[in-house]
Parts: sequence; C-alpha cells; structure tokens
Amino acid sequence: MSKKLPETEYQKTFSGKFSRWLSGENDPYLDHIEMKPQKKAMSAEAIRKKREKSKEKGVKKSFDLEKNTELKLFRGGYKIFSVLFCLALIFVLLTGVSGMPPFGQMDNPANNEVSQRYIESGLQETGAVNIVTGMILDYRAFDTLGESHVLFIATCAVLILLRLDKESQQKKFEANDRGFEPENDVILQTVTKILMPAIVIFGIYVVLCGHLGPGGGFSGGAVIGAGLILYLNAFGFEDTERFFKQSTYKKMSFGALACYALAKSYSFYTGANHIESMIPLGTPGAILSSGLILILNICVGIVVAGTMYTFFVMFRKGGY
Amino acid sequence: MTFVQNFPFICIIMTLFGGPLSSILGRKKAKVLNTAIITAVGLMNLAVLSFVIGTGESYVYSMGHFPAPWGNEIRIGVLEALMAVFFSVIMLLSILGGVKEREEQIEESKQNLYYIMVNLLLSSLIALIYTNDIFTAYVFVEINTISACGLIMIRQNGRTIVAGTRYMIMSLLGSGMLLLGISFLYGLTGELLMSNIHEAVVKIVAEGRYHDPLIVSLGLMSIGLAIKSALFPFHAWLPDAYGYSTVSSSAILSSLVSKGYVFLLIKIFYRVIGFDIVARSHIIDVLFVFGVMGMIMGSVSAIRQSSISRMIAYSSVAQIGYIYMGLGLGSTVGLEATLYHVISHAATKSLLFIAASGLTEVSDDSTDFFDLTGAGYRNKLAGLAFTAGSLSMVGTPLFAGFISKLLFAEAGIGHTYKTLPTMIALAISTVLNTIYFMKTVIRLYTPERQKVEEKKHFTRIHWWNEPLKSATLVCFIALNLVLGLGSARILFLIRNGLRMFG
Repeated sequence: MSKKLPETEYQKTFSGKFSRWLSGENDPYLDHIEMKPQKKAMSAEAIRKKREKSKEKGVKKSFDLEKNTELKLFRGGYKIFSVLFCLALIFVLLTGVSGMPPFGQMDNPANNEVSQRYIESGLQETGAVNIVTGMILDYRAFDTLGESHVLFIATCAVLILLRLDKESQQKKFEANDRGFEPENDVILQTVTKILMPAIVIFGIYVVLCGHLGPGGGFSGGAVIGAGLILYLNAFGFEDTERFFKQSTYKKMSFGALACYALAKSYSFYTGANHIESMIPLGTPGAILSSGLILILNICVGIVVAGTMYTFFVMFRKGGY
Repeated sequence: MTFVQNFPFICIIMTLFGGPLSSILGRKKAKVLNTAIITAVGLMNLAVLSFVIGTGESYVYSMGHFPAPWGNEIRIGVLEALMAVFFSVIMLLSILGGVKEREEQIEESKQNLYYIMVNLLLSSLIALIYTNDIFTAYVFVEINTISACGLIMIRQNGRTIVAGTRYMIMSLLGSGMLLLGISFLYGLTGELLMSNIHEAVVKIVAEGRYHDPLIVSLGLMSIGLAIKSALFPFHAWLPDAYGYSTVSSSAILSSLVSKGYVFLLIKIFYRVIGFDIVARSHIIDVLFVFGVMGMIMGSVSAIRQSSISRMIAYSSVAQIGYIYMGLGLGSTVGLEATLYHVISHAATKSLLFIAASGLTEVSDDSTDFFDLTGAGYRNKLAGLAFTAGSLSMVGTPLFAGFISKLLFAEAGIGHTYKTLPTMIALAISTVLNTIYFMKTVIRLYTPERQKVEEKKHFTRIHWWNEPLKSATLVCFIALNLVLGLGSARILFLIRNGLRMFG
C-alpha cells in the first residue's frame, strides 16, 4: 500500500515486492529458478571411479600423445631397433651354430670319457637302471639340489607377489574368479571322482619308479600337482583345505628339502673326505635299490607337486 | 683332509637349509636365524681364508663320491675365500642396518619370506664364488635372479612391482644368453668342469678350429652377465630396482648381487677360457667401450636426478662401468684393480644406501633433495656416514675409493692404446662424481630454517635412538677406512689369489 503511487506501480517497486514476500503472497524463487528433486547421494566407490575417469581425461588433454614427437620418435625407433637387434642376434647365433661340430658324429667333442662312464658304469656305480636319474640324482646331485631350491624359491616369490593375508580379500578374489562358472558342476565332479585316484596313483608310480624307468620326481610331482588342481576345480576350496593348507605346504616342502639336503650332505661329506658310504645300492631293478636316489626322488616329487598346486591357488585366490 | 676344508661346503648347505627352515618359523625367529647364519658363514669363511693363506695353494672339494668331470666339485683358493668373507660381512651389515625400515615397509605376515630370500641369495653367492663347474654356476645364477627379484618386490608399492617385472625380464634375458653361451661351449669342448674346458679350449685355439662358435659363446656369456650386472647400455632396470626397494634390499642388490655376476665373469675369463685368449679377442674391447661409456653416462644421469636414492642407484651404473673398464684392459694389473674395486664399491655403496635411509627418515620420509636440506644436522651420524661414503666414491685419499682409482690409473698406463681413453674417462668421471656427491653433501649441511622444519614435520634422531643402525654405520665407515689404509694387505691377498685362481 502506498499513498503516492497507484497500486499497479507500487507492486513493481522493491518495497512492494518486499511487503508481499513478507506477507507470504509472493515466492521469489517461483518462475525464476527451476526446482528439481535432490539427486541421490553417490557411493564412495562411484565417486572414486568418476574422479579417476576425469583424471584420465585430464591426462589425455595435457599429454596429447598424438602430437608428442619425442614419444613418436621413440616408439618408431624402438620398433626399428628391436627388429634390427633380433636380426643381428639371429645372424650371430646362426654363424655360431654353423661353425659347430656337426650333429651326431662319432668324433664330436661331447662324446668323451664323461658320457662314456655314465653309460658304461652308471648301473654299477649308482644302482639306477635309468641312467638319466642316476646322473641327475647321484653323479650331479649338487646341481639338482640347487634346482629343487629354485622351485621352492619361485613359490616364495609368487607368495610375495600374490598372497593376500586378509580373509575378506581372498573371498572377493575367489568370487571374482568364479564369475559365471557353476559352483558345483556335477559332470566335473563325477569325472574327477573317477579320475582323481588314477591320476594320483600314476603320479606316485612315476615318482617311485624313477630309478627303474622313464620318470622321476619332477615328472611324477607334476602329475600329482595336476591331480590336486583338478580336484580343487571340481570341489572348491572348502574340500581341499581339509587336507591341504598353506601350513601343510610349508611343512611338506621344508621336510622334503631338509631331507634332501641332509641326505646329500652325508654323501657329499663322506665323498669328499674319502669315507666309505654306508648306504647299500641294492640289486638293480628292484624297487628298493640305488641308494639314496629313491628318497631323493620322493623329496623332489613332493616339492614339485606342492609348487604346482601353490602356483594355481595363488593365481586363483591369493591364499589358502 | 682337515675339518676346516669342509667349511665351504657346510656354508652352502647351511644357507640352503636356512631358506626352507625360515618358511616354517615366525618372523622374529627367522630374523635371528638369518643373522646367525650370516655370521656363521662369515666366520667359517674367515677360517677357510686363513687356512688357504697358510697352505699357499688352492684345493678342490668334490661334492659326492665321484671325481670331478663326472660329479660336481668346488674349488677354494685365497681369492674365493676373501670374496666370501667380504660378501658375508657386507650382507650382515646391510641386513642389520635396515631392520627398522624393513619392519615398517613390508607386511608383517610376509617378513619371514624376506629372510628366505636372503638366505638363499647368500647361498647362491657363495656357491657362485666357489663352484668349479660351469653348469652349477648357472643353477645358482637362477636362484640368485629369483631371490633378487623377490627382494625388490617385497616392498609392495606400484613402483617396485614395475621395477621387479623389468628386472625379471632383463635378468632372464641375461640368464638365457649365459645358458646359450654355456651350451655352445659344451658343444665345442664336451666338458662342464672349468679346468677341463680350459684345456680343451687351449687345444682348439692351438689347432685353429671352431673360431667363430668360440667367439659367439664368449660374447653371449659376457653380454649375458653384463646385462645382469647392469653394464651401461643394459642398465635400464637398475635405477628403479635400487631406488624404490627397501633399504636392505638396495644395499644387498647394489653391492652383492651385481658383484656376484662380475666375479662369475672374471672366473669365466680367467679360469674357463684363459685370460690371454680372452685378451686377444675383441669381446674385451667391446666391454671396455661400454665400461667407459657407463662411467660417464651413469654419472651424467646421476647429476640429473632429484631423488637421493635414485642418484645413488645411477652412481652404481658408473661404478659398474669402472669395473668393466678394468676388465676390458685385458691385463692382470687391470684385473687386480677390478677385483679391488668390487670389494671397495660393495663396502661404499651399501654405506651410502643405509646412510641415505637415515637421512630421509628425519626428512619426513622424502627422498627429494629439497627436503634433505640440513638433514646432516638432524641426524648427525647418518650425515657423517654419507659424507664419508661420498668422499670414498669421489676418491679422496684415506678411503677405499682412492685406492681403486689409483689402481685403475696404474693399470691404464701399462696398456698400449687404451691408456688415453682410460685416463680421460677417469678424469671426467671423477669430476662428475664430485659434482653430484658434493652437491648432496653441501645440501645436507646447509641449515634449514626452524619454521620450515616444523612445517614439514622434520624430526631429529640422535645416534643412541637407533643403536643398531648407528653401529652398522660406524662399522661401514671403519670398513672403508680399513680398505683404504690397509690396501697393501688386501692387494697382496688378491695377487696371491689370482696366482692360484687360474
């Protein structure tokens, strides 16, 4: 209300608007600001993802990879030089090979007294019918001792890289890995039930008869490890963890490697100090023969089987 | 055979046994076991060293009942025992110096895995030093590679995973080339025992047969081991691997792992092929050129770094360059200088890494140069140790680095056409070394304003706060001084050792 101005004019002035707002007749937001319902709050995960996305965009914008000539030169040069390097290496290796003594000749340098003794008196000296086993586990057992520790340390390196020590993380990993696979596949389980005993028994046979025929700890251990992996895939972790946990693996591999190291230290020590070894060689061809070779084969087999299974579990779940 | 002669074999078996044993122990017990094993190995090798000095000749120890070309054997002389003693001393100090960092940076449940890696690494180093069979050497090179990779990756942040992957790829390439070289050599000689290969090679060379495959084999083995010990053009894996892993790992990797491969290469040159045959081939000139380039390029890269640990890592590239330059001179004097530098660099580089960790600790765990301003006042002992290490690296008299530079210069003078390049490279490299080490030392002793220190959460540490680390640092400084002042004795041992090495 104004005494000086007419009503319509007064409505347009500030005091007119103010008095109408005061009395509640006029909502200043109406017709001026669009009203919308509030957005649903984003989860922390979604916010992180959104931020990462915008960051990526920022990287693309600020490091325009298309126009970076230095990078382009490097990538082009890299391709050319890698091809040149490979060609040079191939050339060098071919030159070397072409100058080598021809394959399979009688008078090759490799046909000397070393291999002759392995072949001619390997059976008497080691008691192993399989000469290769006799070589790797008796003549050159020190190399094989190193080699079985290579397997052990490879497992440890994988543990460092992949082992998850929190239960929750492991569960998430496994669920993620399962994906669309059915949890309990009847066909797989039935086939596994039939195959599993055969696989393990065959593996044990290969390990135990390593000194009698083709086979040995490395190959037999791999067979047993494959059997364990199959069982795990069919029945899941709950079933396998009843008999095979991480502590089982550790104790097993410690026992096997310690047994190997102790057995071989005995023969190294007696050998170097010219003491007669107490271990009988037995009759060649019998299962209990060839001195320490059988025990060493079992040790190697245990280490190899454990290593294979542990690798699989680590990649699958990150712990067990 | 006296009982002392069994010690090298006991060392190898004991360290191998320590690996699986640590896996079933808890982290604290594993730590104690590891320290005990390294100490025992050091003491045993000391006994072996004094025994071998006493008898004055090397002896062979057959591993098993079968004599050498059929079975395996190890061979122990003064040089091997000296190296084994030094390696175990430096490993012990590196392990003790980084306890606190290790326990902070490595997940608690994975700490006993660290000691498995260290035990097996030590066993592989000792086996590499003593073995007289080239294939055994390859087997232990494998253990060495994998355990070194584990030592890098165990501090799990993104950078160490990348560094570990890169190390693995490069190192496996090196191993593959070494294996190819060994196979070529086996095809030509039919032997794996080092002394027998030498006899066969001398015969082949005298008859003038198989020239190309022999050179290819030698080249493959040299380049393979050069890749593994980070010679200049193959050093791309080194800075990240040394710069980001936990401090004990950096110290062990830079001072022991690469040196083990260098020692193996020296063994291949000196015992397997024969040094005069190697010196006549041009492989050694290639190594010389790479070494000289590494001396300069490594230092140039080190100057450009803005982080202290990466700077020290790049300095390793330069020092490996020195080692290969000495090897590339192709003379016995050069070889002596190389062996002395292997020892002196191992002692100095691990000192620098551990001192740098002490300095970054008081600078809010930042390795950036700006944040290190005045760190020498905040942690006085670490500052002192870093200065001592820098002086040794630069080549100040009294310290180990001076003697090795002197020896390299002497070796360079004796050569006909490599004198000038050696001298020039030594001069340039020394100046560059001085630039980046003295730059760091000056920054360490430039006082930082009180306000800034408070704002950046810098702390102060006295030597009695961390008794173990302080003790290690003092031992390292003493070791450097002993190497510098008692160099005549060490050189005498090296000469003596080389005489019975071939």
